[in-house]
Amino acid sequence: MWDYSDKVKEHFFSPRNAGAVDDANAIGDVGSLSCGDALRLSLKVDPDTEVIEEAGFQTFGCGSAIASSSALTEIIKGMTLDQALNVSNQDIADFLDGLPPEKMHCSVMGREALQAAVANYRGEEWKDDHEEGALVCKCFAVDEVLIEETIRANGLTTVAEVANYTKAGGGCSACHEGIEEVLGRVLADQGKAFDPAAAQPQPAPAAAPASAPGGKLTNLQRIRRIENAIEAIRPNLQRDHGDVELIDVEGKNVYVRMTGACVGCQMASVTMDGIQERIVEDLGEFVRVLPADAPRLAASV
Amino acid sequence: MSQHAPASGIYLDNNATTMVDPEVVSAMLPFFTEQFGNPSSLHQFGNQVGRAIKQARQQVQTLLGAEHDSEIVFTSCGTESDSTAILSALKAQPERREIITTVVEHPAVLSLCEHLEKDGYRVHYLKVDNKGRLDMQQYMDLLSDRTAIVSVMWANNESGTLFPVEEMALLARSAGVLFHTDAVQAVGKVPIDLKRSAIDMLSLSGHKLHAPKGIGVLYLRRNTRFRPLLRGGHQERGRRAGTENTASIVGLGKACELAMVHMDDETTRGRALRDRLERGILDAVPHCFVTGDPGNRLPNTCNIAFEYIEGEAILLLLNKLGIAASSGSACTSGSLEPSHVMRAMGIPFTAAHGTVRFSLSRYNSEQEIDRVIEAVPPIIAQLRKLSPYWGEDGPVENPEAAFAPAYA
Repeated sequence: MWDYSDKVKEHFFSPRNAGAVDDANAIGDVGSLSCGDALRLSLKVDPDTEVIEEAGFQTFGCGSAIASSSALTEIIKGMTLDQALNVSNQDIADFLDGLPPEKMHCSVMGREALQAAVANYRGEEWKDDHEEGALVCKCFAVDEVLIEETIRANGLTTVAEVANYTKAGGGCSACHEGIEEVLGRVLADQGKAFDPAAAQPQPAPAAAPASAPGGKLTNLQRIRRIENAIEAIRPNLQRDHGDVELIDVEGKNVYVRMTGACVGCQMASVTMDGIQERIVEDLGEFVRVLPADAPRLAASV
Repeated sequence: MSQHAPASGIYLDNNATTMVDPEVVSAMLPFFTEQFGNPSSLHQFGNQVGRAIKQARQQVQTLLGAEHDSEIVFTSCGTESDSTAILSALKAQPERREIITTVVEHPAVLSLCEHLEKDGYRVHYLKVDNKGRLDMQQYMDLLSDRTAIVSVMWANNESGTLFPVEEMALLARSAGVLFHTDAVQAVGKVPIDLKRSAIDMLSLSGHKLHAPKGIGVLYLRRNTRFRPLLRGGHQERGRRAGTENTASIVGLGKACELAMVHMDDETTRGRALRDRLERGILDAVPHCFVTGDPGNRLPNTCNIAFEYIEGEAILLLLNKLGIAASSGSACTSGSLEPSHVMRAMGIPFTAAHGTVRFSLSRYNSEQEIDRVIEAVPPIIAQLRKLSPYWGEDGPVENPEAAFAPAYA
């Protein structure tokens, strides 16, 4: 079934803080449509210090919903309300050593229950600000609603653009049919038609002769182009707290170093593929992008 | 028969897949080693394999009660058989643009039909009542000369409910419409005699009856207009090209022979075990009920909805005790909604998520069933303790109002 971490299993089999807190003064009830899960979080907050003294949960849901609820209560006990509000769903998932992408919404539900409970304590009304849809991209856990909204907001027309804006489809590519369907629907609403041909950016064969009339690029020109291509990609990586640095160029091999959040990221190889694609496109010749610490083969060019 | 059971664990998920019978395994083994020939070859290496396939075809024919062995077409799985049948009917009768099926079909049929709708075909989905039964009047009203094919499952994989496919096939025939049934859950569990029926096409899947995965059959009544899905070589008389999966075909033949032998046992002893399990759980656990049509279902299947808790959590706790079952909860499939079958029967949200299917096989013993009867009630109680819909000793008063979360 699911590939749950040992931590998730442990918190499911032996949940902490299960049940309602007696004389709770903050209660948050939320549900996630995408799984039919629902959670009631009850807190006992010290009115003077706003410290959460006790936290309890009641959950109608699957293993990871129960584990996420248990994790949430463990994380927030002893925090002030303001500190607790800084807990993100990623913090809950990290506490559990990760959740399967299909189950990330369980951690979102935990965070929302917390927001709802704090709002309840402060006499405010909590309103959910996002809607969840069917999961389309399983590599990056992107749902249909987000894809659709992003397409509308940015006037996207191709699968590649959707991947650039939302990451959806940037991994194994199995969801491209689903993304094409969303694109087709949104474009049809706008009186346009989805054009699959536009989805395949053709590395125009004309580009190479135009940029290097009558001959090959000099080494310096090549390296400048590679540098420029990498510079163009860096903002995307930096948005996700990662980065990339050009280390060396040896024949067809381009050596780069991934830094920041890219280090150890399971999608690093996908990112590398993206960088390679970009350089190949800009250079008009095939190169291979490799990590700087990759074993160097005897230069064979 | 329990001496064949896996060393540890109680396997009650036989509608998902079954253990390959040890006799089936031994029948298959020579076809990985000395009997490796291509059945199409003239020489002795191929010749014997060809004979083994012929025998397997007859074993399948016997189990299905087909009139001719040439009506048996080996495929790779139940899904391929379903797709072949439906797409063939559309291809062979391009002027007919409608399909009749049911809302509770397996995704092998439902997803294909939804896809065909995008291609402009009109699909009528027959509804079911709260016991999962069809409205035959609705069915008759829909049959017309626009209908290319009717595809209705023999038995539902989740609830085990049986559909009156033989009667429906007769109605289709008198309306001049092709009839296909996805019988992957029924073959080997209920007696089938196709030569006495009006069923034109039937799908079966090996791994549901103790044969391996990766082998299926399309029964194709002689003289049924047919267009192959896979064209190529002359295998299966050109109706399903591709070199035969010889070992699995031989295994399926053996499995069909064994199914004939064990069918009585499964419908008497097996059914009694299922009933014992069901009674034991219903007696010990409050607020649970059997879904589907208990009086008219597969003898091995029991689907119970446990209210106010969620199925995946139940399965995880059962699994910890070595008990394997499955659930109609959304969470086990990664989909948005709880089982389409449970929703179609109007099972309330808080119960549909807590449905658990126990599906038995001839390998289950009474001791196993008694252990499950013992294991289930504390698990349900443990999870209900965590549930916001549950109070001290029962559901909170007016549960839907007492806990009405902001859904996002």
